Amino acid sequence: MTLAAATDLVSATDVASVTNLATATNEHLANLSNTLIYSSMAVYTLAFLAYIAEWTFGSRSKIGRTAAALTGVGAKKADAPAVTVQNAGGTTVLERPKVVVRAASGSRDVPDGPGAHGGDEQGDLYGRIAVSLTVLAFLVELSGVIARAASVERAPWGNMYEFNITFSTVAVGVYLTLLLLKKNVRWLGLFLVTTVLLDLGIAVTVLYTASDQLVPALHSYWLYIHVSTAIICGAVFYVGAVGTLLYLFKDSYENKLATGGKPGAFATSVMERLPASANLDKFSYRVNAAVFPLWTFTIIAGAIWAESAWGRYWGWDPKETWAFITWVAYACYLHARATAGWKGRKAAYLALIAFGCWLFNYYGVNIFVGGKHSYAGV
Amino acid sequence: MSKTTADSPAETPRADPAGDDQDLGAAGSQLSTAPVETAMPGSFGGNRAPGLTGWLAWTGREVLGWARWMWRQLTSMRVALMLLFLLSLGAVPGSLIPQSGTDALKVSEFKDAHKTLGPIYDKLGLFHVYGSAWFGAIYILLFVSLIGCIIPRTWQFVGQLRGRPPGAPKRLNRLPAYATWRTDAEPELVREVALATLKKRRFRAHVAGDAVAAEKGYLRETGNLLFHIALIVMLIAFAWGQLFKSEGDKLIVEGDGFSNTLTQYDDFKSGNLFSDDDLVPFSFNLKNFVGTYERTGPNRGTPSTFQADITYSLGAYGKSQKHTIKVNEPLEIGDSKVYLVSHGYAPVVTVRDGKGNVVLHQAVPMLPIDSNITSQGAIKVLDGYKNAQGVAEQLGFAALFVPTYGKGSGTMFSQYPGLDYPVLNVTGYHGDLGVNSGIPQNVYQLDTKNLKQFKTAKGAILKAQLLPGETMTLPNGAGSITFDKQIKEWAGFQVVQQPGTSWALTGALTAILGLAGSLFIQRRRVWVRATTAPDGTTLVEMAGLGRSESAKLPEELGDLAALVHDRAPTKTDDDPKTPTPTPTPDADTHDSDSGVEPPVPAEGAEK
Ligand code: HEM
Repeated sequence: MTLAAATDLVSATDVASVTNLATATNEHLANLSNTLIYSSMAVYTLAFLAYIAEWTFGSRSKIGRTAAALTGVGAKKADAPAVTVQNAGGTTVLERPKVVVRAASGSRDVPDGPGAHGGDEQGDLYGRIAVSLTVLAFLVELSGVIARAASVERAPWGNMYEFNITFSTVAVGVYLTLLLLKKNVRWLGLFLVTTVLLDLGIAVTVLYTASDQLVPALHSYWLYIHVSTAIICGAVFYVGAVGTLLYLFKDSYENKLATGGKPGAFATSVMERLPASANLDKFSYRVNAAVFPLWTFTIIAGAIWAESAWGRYWGWDPKETWAFITWVAYACYLHARATAGWKGRKAAYLALIAFGCWLFNYYGVNIFVGGKHSYAGV
Repeated sequence: MSKTTADSPAETPRADPAGDDQDLGAAGSQLSTAPVETAMPGSFGGNRAPGLTGWLAWTGREVLGWARWMWRQLTSMRVALMLLFLLSLGAVPGSLIPQSGTDALKVSEFKDAHKTLGPIYDKLGLFHVYGSAWFGAIYILLFVSLIGCIIPRTWQFVGQLRGRPPGAPKRLNRLPAYATWRTDAEPELVREVALATLKKRRFRAHVAGDAVAAEKGYLRETGNLLFHIALIVMLIAFAWGQLFKSEGDKLIVEGDGFSNTLTQYDDFKSGNLFSDDDLVPFSFNLKNFVGTYERTGPNRGTPSTFQADITYSLGAYGKSQKHTIKVNEPLEIGDSKVYLVSHGYAPVVTVRDGKGNVVLHQAVPMLPIDSNITSQGAIKVLDGYKNAQGVAEQLGFAALFVPTYGKGSGTMFSQYPGLDYPVLNVTGYHGDLGVNSGIPQNVYQLDTKNLKQFKTAKGAILKAQLLPGETMTLPNGAGSITFDKQIKEWAGFQVVQQPGTSWALTGALTAILGLAGSLFIQRRRVWVRATTAPDGTTLVEMAGLGRSESAKLPEELGDLAALVHDRAPTKTDDDPKTPTPTPTPDADTHDSDSGVEPPVPAEGAEK
């Protein structure tokens, strides 16, 4: 008997050995889950419209701070790095010395944009409504995912439909957590909700799998750990990638201004409200750097699981290979920033390539390549 | 740190870290042990003295110089980055093109389908990417580079740990975070207080001249070095495992045994440096295999238990022990792990010759071809059989076995994996099985080239669907085959020996730990300078510097400043509206430094 035959058998049989978990498919819960997912899409759509309103009404107030900083008034200041006075954290301001903060000499000195509302009160109101709607949609979607999990009596990532709904829930969760931590990330909202709608749209149309159609390669708690951290990493990497993309746009915009170019009115209106490119860059770096250890852990958890299931911890299966490629690509990006002094655009391209690898591992490998991990029931 | 270097970045809008370092002098250096790129000259030989010795000396210098240059290139960050990128790029084809290591069948299919591409891919090693020379070259170069990078960095770091934080730069107000005030306390007292405060906050601090210099966060560097060392450990463990690993398959019918020697395996693969002596000496018997299956529901037919009860013993005379192997719970004996990987049925058959002598009585394992364990196999009588004419011949039976026959369905496909209604379908051959021809033969198939099929009197193919206990008689007194009332099960085991696994795991966990330290801990320096100002009061200046600008640095500096300020408060009879004095008489301070300009959010202060 060949090894290949033996391992094929094992993947068929050990997969099956756990399905007793999910013997009874609960029709009712499955329908409830579908209803909830559709409802969340409706609420996300409302949130989307509210974000649009925020951007639209926000554009009324005229703000050209980037332009001001880079041309005209700014030219005089260009050789003096920006300086901020901070109260040193305490309430008793008078008793504490003030801390003066300045940018590294040589970095471009651009103030952050005011956010999507553009400093406009009405815009800000719409923005708040949008965030509230996002919270609501998130809760509805989360319930949908939980109902789905209950209906199949297992973790909600047995096929790509479930993977997609779980993934977008976690991505929105990451965004809301950042907001809760009082990070300046509200500007992400529109871009995020747009892609979440896209993701859910693909999920319910192309990828939908009825919940009793199980192909669960799910056993061993290592697999649970492995897949759940993989989803979290993906969601955070995604947020990082959005930041990187916006950085690239904003950076081009600032470059254009700095060299005397005149960006279009639409570009100006959007770009002026985003944070300064340097801060977008930093934001995505921090986000990516923060999950990189978790991604490392995800791969190791996968290897531990593979060891117990297949008798080898690493076998260059396509899914494993792409997880490794993604890992090396992110390591490249971190390296470029930490040592080769590749801040800015070059590093940003690396970050986008790395996220592309993650995406390919998620969609591409399931659809085009296959291998042992192809449980995803497309 | 002249004015020109400080101001020159005005023309270049992007950050230039080197410019920063120049501005800060020694204070900013060695905040990490990351190497600095240096340009190298084109020739190393220098002057060439006349004569042979001159030539030899020149050549020696030249060779040494170039070797050094290449080493420096290899261990430079730029090349490390390139190699990392190549590593990820190089891993791609292996995931898209079938690999002989995992699926040899697909490789040959691919080669048949692509007559021109096949040989090219073969030459490039694209069918075994991860074992190919070029892939090996990438990661070996990367790891040489890594080692070449770690060793000097470790020394440098040890040096930094033994030395002291560098003294304060001349103009502290140029640093990313800065605070200042005037006090009546004596400079010595301020320095003392600052030293105590910083030490209490677990800074490494000392007084250097008129200032206290302090540093914290060395764990970042430690973590980073640990991470890179752990990568090397992981690679070595992985390579070690690949070279010394072995992986063998063995199918065992209930009641049979196995001892761990090469000859007993059905199929065996091993790494290049593996030797037969490396096999852990153990043996085991398969007592009983239990497979039960879901009876109802959408998952009808999927196994709910799947286990092999065995007795095993270590070495030739080891004590026999009982054990149960399940799918995800291998038996571990020394370095070996025994996995349960497959199972099937082995119906017991008896073959008799024309005179009624038993020539074969045996459980014949059948290979499952679907999830309901419809199985295929071959029953072979190699010797001991004589046909009706008394001539020695071989017999072969092609068999199809189903554990649960679907009555009305008409097909020979099993309806359920349990033994509900077993049926054995056989058809017989006689002649030469071709076993001795030297060509490896599949035990589960018949090579019918030199075989003649038994026919009925009417000339039709002789075949029968046997229930347990039934017999098919061969024509013309050729004998018979009986499907006995006994059906055994068999289990397939994979015995894997991969040394170094625990090292790989240790390395991996260390890597995560080191990585967390490297990415989450900030290394930063703080200086506190106390000098006597022209008006007799004491001017206190505090400044902080981190490797990457972070919002936390100003916060921390603020906290520290508040602590020092408690003991050396602002001189009160000054004009309270100008708490910030001009720091140094010669400073080319901009008005913005006094803090009266409207606050502009700067880098590192985004919140
Ligand atoms: C096997 C491949 C490698 C991986 C996965 C890797 C990964 C990393 C990571 C994740 C960091 C942290 C980056 C950060 O602080 O943001 C780092 C930093 C660093 N690595 Fe590597 N690295 C590898 C190979 C190398 C090699 C070959 C060298 C030297 C030639 C090297 C030298 C460094 C240095 C100097 C730092 C920065 C230390 C600092 O920030 O102070 N690494 N590496």
